[in-house]
Amino acid sequence: MKPEDKKRVLREMVVHRRFEERCYQAYIERKIGGFLHLYPGQEACCNGVMEAARPGYDYVITGYRDHIHAIKCGADPKRVMAELYGKETGASKGRGGSMHIFDTEHHFMGGYALVGGPFPLAAGIAKAIQLKGGDEIAICFLGDAANNQGTFHETMNMAARWNLPVLFVCENNLYGIGTAIERSTAVIHQHKRVSGYGIEAAETDGQDIEKVYDAALVAVQHVRSGKGPYFLELMTYRYRGHSMSDSRGYRSREEEELWKQRDPIFILRDRLISEQAMTMADYEAIEKDVDHYIENEVIKFAEESPEPKVEDLEKYVLAERDTQRRWLTGQA
Amino acid sequence: MAEMMYWEAIQRAHDEEMARDPLVICLGEDIGVAGGTYKATKGLYDKYGPLRVIDTPISENSYTGLGIGASYLGVRPIIEIMSVNFAWLAMDQMFNSAAKVRYMSGGQLTAPVVIRSAGGTAHQLGAQHSARMEKVFMGIAGLRVVTPSNPRQAYGLLKSAVRCDDPVYINEHELMYNMKGEVPDTEYFHPLEGSEVARSGTDVSLFGYNVSLHWCLKAAEILDKQYGISAEVVDLYCLSPLDRQGIRQSVAKTHRAVAVGEDEAPVSVGSEVIAIINEESFFDLDAAPVRINSATVPQPYNHTLEKATIPDHEDVVSAVLKLFGKA
Repeated sequence: MKPEDKKRVLREMVVHRRFEERCYQAYIERKIGGFLHLYPGQEACCNGVMEAARPGYDYVITGYRDHIHAIKCGADPKRVMAELYGKETGASKGRGGSMHIFDTEHHFMGGYALVGGPFPLAAGIAKAIQLKGGDEIAICFLGDAANNQGTFHETMNMAARWNLPVLFVCENNLYGIGTAIERSTAVIHQHKRVSGYGIEAAETDGQDIEKVYDAALVAVQHVRSGKGPYFLELMTYRYRGHSMSDSRGYRSREEEELWKQRDPIFILRDRLISEQAMTMADYEAIEKDVDHYIENEVIKFAEESPEPKVEDLEKYVLAERDTQRRWLTGQA
Repeated sequence: MAEMMYWEAIQRAHDEEMARDPLVICLGEDIGVAGGTYKATKGLYDKYGPLRVIDTPISENSYTGLGIGASYLGVRPIIEIMSVNFAWLAMDQMFNSAAKVRYMSGGQLTAPVVIRSAGGTAHQLGAQHSARMEKVFMGIAGLRVVTPSNPRQAYGLLKSAVRCDDPVYINEHELMYNMKGEVPDTEYFHPLEGSEVARSGTDVSLFGYNVSLHWCLKAAEILDKQYGISAEVVDLYCLSPLDRQGIRQSVAKTHRAVAVGEDEAPVSVGSEVIAIINEESFFDLDAAPVRINSATVPQPYNHTLEKATIPDHEDVVSAVLKLFGKA
């Protein structure tokens, strides 16, 4: 990665970290309801892959841990936070919530809350790209546990058979909800599982953004050049529990500390300092600036935004009647 | 007006829509090279090629999801699920993705897919190939459900479903693919909402759809000729949303109602029709509305047992006679 890109991405990753930590606080304050799945620890995955791809151009789809993927595609953090607050100004107008952020303008095709559900949707997006003849690719970010769903195997088979332009990114954070991967899954290294479908695959360190970026460049190039699907596995770790009701009793604090020593933000920060591209004081200034931005812009926007109107409750269930009149009534 | 078979009408709708719009595709098991189990996609593979007429692996949930994902980008997939029994496997994608995506994205995305499948009981196909699932689909917000009772509807409903921006499930019937009927020679779009009065009458309303509509029509004939009872037959070709106004208007005229379906009684189409009658027409009624359904059992293989589970026109006739105190 180029030095200026690394500095830019470092700041973005700090935004992503602070955004999620601020969500946690807002959840405790009961400003955010429902389920909340946070991303700290995994930032290098989404950022590294999307730096190698074309955010806002390539189509991205993911599961319920989706805030940062949406933001990385170009969604305004203010609108993502407003969605978590359930506001009309939210990314999904307050109808989706944390697990269902959408921003189609930036080709972020949504967060979905059925584990493994996005696999076939991603393949379908790729099928549409193939039919239309564009050079976009579909990128599907999911966790390791999604690979135990039937949709994983069904989709790998179809994507390979039809040579679809789709990149599957497996963020292997070693836990499916509260069950360690070795307790639920016969194979820990997930990229091995797609070899039976003849899909190109690789695994890399998901904590070091430059390693992610380098591996993703190969993956993206493979898919975009028409060689069919690719499966990229990133070994990573989520610091917080699966969702908010999770006290992490299924793993040790020592294990968590070990992973935190390989924090993706600190790895990049320390590298930039050692390369003399920045100083610790510069980094502290970024943190301060980001905190100010999150509090005074992002949170402020979410707090001050209006609630959806109850009279609009049934809006968006079906298409606007006026636009469908001919098909609904048979009258031209 | 040309006479054609139900399957031919469906095939024609596919062909016209695919010829018009290169983004209309179809996918499903055995629909391409093999021409479709019920011939509904016959000849399309040769005409439009493997990129648009896609023989899928036997992976119902994922090929349905693939069609839904493609529809996000403006593709109009017609997905054939060979038998409705296999649609149980696709319900995750049908319900969690197609039906909900517009709502949970705040109107940004829509899934304009058409999902067709053959439902109902044919001949001795056993418990796992004889399901009636329309009751399940019609309860899902965000999904339209239609069910053609003749070739004209089969053609026109598919045409409209392909054009509509909402996901539409089309419930066909295994026993009806060879049924003949008139279909307009020119392009025809059947409304996706509403109901049709298939036979006008004054004494009792018979609500049927798909195969059960034909039991109602036969029963109406007998009631008229043998008992002097004038039955109105209402075709509920649209199961979601059900036509409240059409149901109300008919009951206001006849004051008696029988809801007839091949599904099992608990949580059936008939349950919903009668609930609507209670809500809309209670004070118009001269008798409590009744429903006629299949026995609530997994479908038996044995021919005699199978026949005993499925109602027919005679059951409709006796139910009506009871309403009039004649049985």
